[in-house]
Amino acid sequence: MLRFFAPWIAPLVGALFVCSLLWAVVMSPHAPAIHLASEEFHLQPKAIHYSFEGPLGRYDNQQLQRGFQVYKEVCSACHSMRLVAFRDLEQIGFNKPEVKALAKGWATETPSLNPDTGEAATRKSLPSDYLPGPYPNEIAARAGNNNALPPDMSLLAKAREGGPAYIASLVTGYADVPADLKKKFPDFNVPPGLHYNPYFANLNIAMPPPLTSDGQVTYADGTKATRMQMATDVSAFLMWAAEPKLENRKRTGIAVVGYLVIATLLAFAAYRNIWHGKKH
Amino acid sequence: MSFPWAAHYAPKNPFMRWMDEKLPLPRLVYNAVGAGYPVPRNLNYFWNFGVLAGAALGIQIITGVILAMHYAANGTVAFDSVEHIMRDVNSGWLLRYAHANGASFFFIVVYMHIFRGLYYGSYKAPREMVWLLGVVIFLLMMATAFMGYVLPWGQMSFWGAQVITGFFSAIPIVGEPIRMWLLGGFAPDNDALNRFFSLHYLLPFVIAAVIVLHIWALHLPGSNNPTGVAVQGPEDTVPFHPYYTAKDGFGLGVFLICFSLMVFFAPNALGHPDNYIPANPLSTPAHIVPEWYFLPFYAILKSFTANFLGVPAKLWGVMAMFGAILLLFFLPWIDRSPIRSGNYRPVYKKLFWVLVADVLLLGYLGQAEVTPTVVLLSQLCAGYYFAHFLILIPLIAKFETPLPLPNSISESVLHGEAAEAAPYGTATA
Repeated sequence: MLRFFAPWIAPLVGALFVCSLLWAVVMSPHAPAIHLASEEFHLQPKAIHYSFEGPLGRYDNQQLQRGFQVYKEVCSACHSMRLVAFRDLEQIGFNKPEVKALAKGWATETPSLNPDTGEAATRKSLPSDYLPGPYPNEIAARAGNNNALPPDMSLLAKAREGGPAYIASLVTGYADVPADLKKKFPDFNVPPGLHYNPYFANLNIAMPPPLTSDGQVTYADGTKATRMQMATDVSAFLMWAAEPKLENRKRTGIAVVGYLVIATLLAFAAYRNIWHGKKH
Repeated sequence: MSFPWAAHYAPKNPFMRWMDEKLPLPRLVYNAVGAGYPVPRNLNYFWNFGVLAGAALGIQIITGVILAMHYAANGTVAFDSVEHIMRDVNSGWLLRYAHANGASFFFIVVYMHIFRGLYYGSYKAPREMVWLLGVVIFLLMMATAFMGYVLPWGQMSFWGAQVITGFFSAIPIVGEPIRMWLLGGFAPDNDALNRFFSLHYLLPFVIAAVIVLHIWALHLPGSNNPTGVAVQGPEDTVPFHPYYTAKDGFGLGVFLICFSLMVFFAPNALGHPDNYIPANPLSTPAHIVPEWYFLPFYAILKSFTANFLGVPAKLWGVMAMFGAILLLFFLPWIDRSPIRSGNYRPVYKKLFWVLVADVLLLGYLGQAEVTPTVVLLSQLCAGYYFAHFLILIPLIAKFETPLPLPNSISESVLHGEAAEAAPYGTATA
């Protein structure tokens, strides 16, 4: 009995799945696809060249320091960077006294306890402290930003499709709504408190334009602070903040791959040697 | 085990003789991966992937055990503990990137290993048990990889856990209670994270144990080979060591170069940017996608869009997704063709490559944005997947005319050059 039925089990199960799929094809709604403004007017990040790209890429410490300055003077008014400590800034070329001064002079202080009363308090930051954020908590951050939450910037360059180029494009990408868009999508509007930005996925972003004019920061090294320059510098700095071990990683990689290539060539020679004259 | 002409372990060193009497571990190694294990002489590079899978598991266990020393499985600190590894632990970035990419490379080599088995009929008698244990390993790997992806507690971790445990809620009546029992709550939280960590640490050792059984079961009949013709005599085989240890050594080198290129120069290429955002139950990502190695099955899941025969679409999808893997358990009995190697099965060979293209396309569709075209293509591809294994394979087994098989492995290799046919490696060591 079983011998007779067994060969039919698999085809029957297969036919069941195939029929279910065919039924799904037949039943699929033939509604026309909804065309969205965000599909047509969303722009890919600008092509920006960074020194840390490629297998031999390195950070440019001058650029990272300029980018840090932009973060400190512009971004940090709303965005925290909770995974980076002041001590880490030594990696981008600040010396110990500079780091100490930066920590001490930071716009917001580090939360602590009053040693006499045990009440919540703040104190001047030390190099070992992580950068204090501008808001004590999420509720305060939302209250200060029209109910939008400025994301923490520690990992931003790795947490967005397109990375640093996306960030640089976004902060310089604010524009008026194109006439073309208004004509094609009459229903499209920019709600109050939002801003049109074609680099943002749904075109309307809560963040107001952060870089409004050339010369918004004054670079110590004399570089001209155009908006694009500031955007490129700060996005490079954010890449460092997100991936501080990048240089070490690539350097190690060159050595490891070089070693492996030699070892593999030797292994290939050994393989050929052992199989020499042996047909296979 | 093994063939009668296998070399016998006969240690000359007195210490090794003493050892052999007290604990014959060197003998076991000698008979398993040494000169005492005769292997078909004609294995091609596709036979490297079993050893590479073992190496990948080794990399995962070593990096994983060290990562666990620095990781904290608690929802409030898990994400930051991973960043602590990336920033403050000595070479922590290397450990984590090696572990994350190691999972991908484990799947790459295992998929190559599985498709090699499919092409050359390695699942057929007398190696059914080898295949069954292999499918068990594959299932354990999928569970382990899924739970490992949850541990960094980023957005994709959290929402992946939400979606995948949600499959169980498709089961009628008991589904929702099962889902809550698995998660230890209504949604993924500390309890889920903690038990996933525990299981993620346990399962690799279970995998290692099943690999021992897999190899044990393999060594009774010995390896299959590209002709599919069984080994008939000493002229068909070479001893595993030094022949295949040397070939595997070269393969391992190539594998490690590819692996290193990813780890050191594109460590996040296979990951999702959203997983660098801490888990947030109140904010759903725009597109929840699993890791790439689950995408073909994810596409199958999503392709069942209509209720059919009173069974809801979601349940069809979940049954199909699990069915797509579970049907592999029955493959040795579904495929009744006595010819193993696809080289001698003209129709099967063509369909095999259609299946490869089908699975690759399903992988692409699994991560594509859902549009009517994508859904239709997924339905066609998912349909082919089931038709291939459950309908076409039994049919062609019945109607296909195979090409003439060589009389033996050595005949297929030597083309009548008799001088080369002398038995090799049969001397005692």
